[in-house]
Amino acid sequence: MSALTVINARIIDPASNFDGLGTLRVEDGMIAALTPGAAPAGAGGEVIDARGLVLAPGLIDMRVFTGEPGREYRETLQSAGEAAAAGGVTSFVAMPDTLPVIDDGALVDFVLRRARATCKVNVLPAAAITKGLAGEEITEFGLLKESGAVCLSDGRRSIQSSGLLRSAFTYAANFDLPVVHHVVDASLAGDGVMNEGLFATVLGLKGIPAEAETIPLARDLQLAALTGVRYHAAQISAARSVDIMAAEKRRNDRVTCGVSINNLSLNENDVGSYRTFFKLSPPLRSEDDRRALVDGLKAGVIDVIHSDHDPQDTEVKRQPFAEASDGAVGLETLLAAALRLVHSDDADLLTVLRAMTLRPAEILGLPSGRLAAGAPADFVLLDLDYPWQVKEAELRSRSRNTSFEGARLAGKVMATFVGGRKVYGLGGEPA
Amino acid sequence: MAQSVRPAGTSGGSGRSPERPPFPHRHLLGISQLNQHDIMALLARAEAMIPISRQPRKVLPTLTGKTQINLFFEPSTRTQASFEIAGKRLGALVVNMSVKTSSVTKGETLIDTAATLNAMQPDVIIVRHSAAGAVELLSQKVGCSVVNAGDGAHEHPTQALLDALTIHQHKGRLSGLTVAICGDIANSRVARSNLLLLGAMHVRTRVIAPRTLLPRGIEHLASEVFTDMQAGLDGADVVMMLRLQHERASGRMIPSVREYYRFYGLDAEKLARAKPDAIVMHPGPMNRGVEIDPAIADGGRSVITDQVEMGVAVRMAVLDALLAEPAPVAA
Repeated sequence: MSALTVINARIIDPASNFDGLGTLRVEDGMIAALTPGAAPAGAGGEVIDARGLVLAPGLIDMRVFTGEPGREYRETLQSAGEAAAAGGVTSFVAMPDTLPVIDDGALVDFVLRRARATCKVNVLPAAAITKGLAGEEITEFGLLKESGAVCLSDGRRSIQSSGLLRSAFTYAANFDLPVVHHVVDASLAGDGVMNEGLFATVLGLKGIPAEAETIPLARDLQLAALTGVRYHAAQISAARSVDIMAAEKRRNDRVTCGVSINNLSLNENDVGSYRTFFKLSPPLRSEDDRRALVDGLKAGVIDVIHSDHDPQDTEVKRQPFAEASDGAVGLETLLAAALRLVHSDDADLLTVLRAMTLRPAEILGLPSGRLAAGAPADFVLLDLDYPWQVKEAELRSRSRNTSFEGARLAGKVMATFVGGRKVYGLGGEPA
Repeated sequence: MAQSVRPAGTSGGSGRSPERPPFPHRHLLGISQLNQHDIMALLARAEAMIPISRQPRKVLPTLTGKTQINLFFEPSTRTQASFEIAGKRLGALVVNMSVKTSSVTKGETLIDTAATLNAMQPDVIIVRHSAAGAVELLSQKVGCSVVNAGDGAHEHPTQALLDALTIHQHKGRLSGLTVAICGDIANSRVARSNLLLLGAMHVRTRVIAPRTLLPRGIEHLASEVFTDMQAGLDGADVVMMLRLQHERASGRMIPSVREYYRFYGLDAEKLARAKPDAIVMHPGPMNRGVEIDPAIADGGRSVITDQVEMGVAVRMAVLDALLAEPAPVAA
């Protein structure tokens, strides 16, 4: 039996709303016990004194794009795993937007096998809703689930046909697989490249109105109610979307939504003079929208915060704004950027951590994301106030398109454990 | 006509004068980078350039030995010719490059082209590109000056400067005038640069367009916004028409050319609402019968050919400001 005891940590467990001094006992990769108060008598095995640190469940990032298979120059499962471990992310959902698209059981199996062989953290494959992400024919949901897909998603794509969505939702409900959908009305978004408004007008860029999100969101929620599917709006960006979600949640407890850390911490002004690392989908919106998202998080309307980690090489980013690709990397900055909300007293620590641990686990039906006996020993040790500056060159991702370049952040992961094994330690290699 | 922009008491007429302060910018990427003083200085410099083009020997060799590259990713005969003539009258070696942007090469063209041209050691690159921000991006990749000759729907600074010079030549002032800009405001870099320049010079600006061609937030950029053209032209000193990209707008932004012309085309009846001495401008090329009645385009109140002439003077002034060596200080 391998055993590990972490003593003197401030333990935060959103599942039990516990926030206090305690001891965490790990045996054979699983959590054996969480004991409040000072260290109990030694029970053998390694002991870590985490005085001054916070011990929390490892983060579960619900939206991560890698380049494997097909675009390994952008990111591999291995490099994404390094970035995740350094960012305190112990599990991530791998989006199916790869080459080929993950729309077949054999490909889900491939991702899982590659992850086991190369990746330090848990990889949870999302399978495509439609074959080739083409938005035309649904995939084999049952077989995909058997192969290990945790949810269905068309990744960056948004399905435009309401009829097809109805079919997909109905069939997904049949297998009780959650559907994670990126909501964009393609004809309203048009060739827009940033939030519609004065700022886009001044830059001479075409805008994307909030209605390109609110209208398909309202449609999806009605279809979710009709079909009984477990529905998760991948990411919302507009104040009105928070209102729409809040209203629907009062009627239907099977619908949830997420928000990208980018939309939660940045706004359209960050685009500055055509900075393409801030070209994102959904676009960064106004400060009023951002405030509404923070309020939605606090009120529990927004369930999940994710990184929307999307590695893009300089070739597709060093372009005129309208021609550049969307997306920014975020695995390594997710936690520290989210802690900004805590340091600024916009949200409390339990709320922020819950949205990156317990809630994703509940939505995806995972045993992790909590510090309960019997759960996998996926946890992190954090120094909440550790000051650091994001430097592109020091990122572990193969792509360096961070929207937090140069940002001064407070809070860093000191150590990350997956299945009781240390996969990252600040200033030293894993033990 | 021909009232000076220069403060009283300063000499002029012979181009660059030794006491002129250096232009404090390396590039001209947009009007947004200029303050009122910069604009005044460029207009004064441009005014001094006007006589050069009217004399028999049209040359002021301040840029001898300099290399100017006109890099046009979007075709534009008149703007390219204007920059070419401006450079040549100042004695620069001018090279024209037109780059076709096909969807295949689009991925690399801009940065690669910038690096390639930069290696040829030009002194200035004049750039036109269909994407907003493209000229600024290119300016970050080269070691020489860059002039924006139009980037998407963003800016076209020399157009706004030549428009201001034309207005000044006719009205003797800018401050206190009312300028109505009419047409496809949403997609117009000319409108944006003009609104920025005229705003900085305390000109009252109006924009006139159907709601489909008005971008969000325009009320923060113009003094007044009108959807009724007659009301918008009421009492205007200057009527500035914009080209309608009717092939692109038809069926979506406007139902038809004939409906557009009925409500937003400049004809004698609508122009009658402007001041009796109002001038009519157009950045060209015009769609006669779409946004403007041919009789007005070619009529006595049209200053459209003056704009073309002022364009050369303004571009000479911009090149001179960016490139000319500081005059030697007398010992």
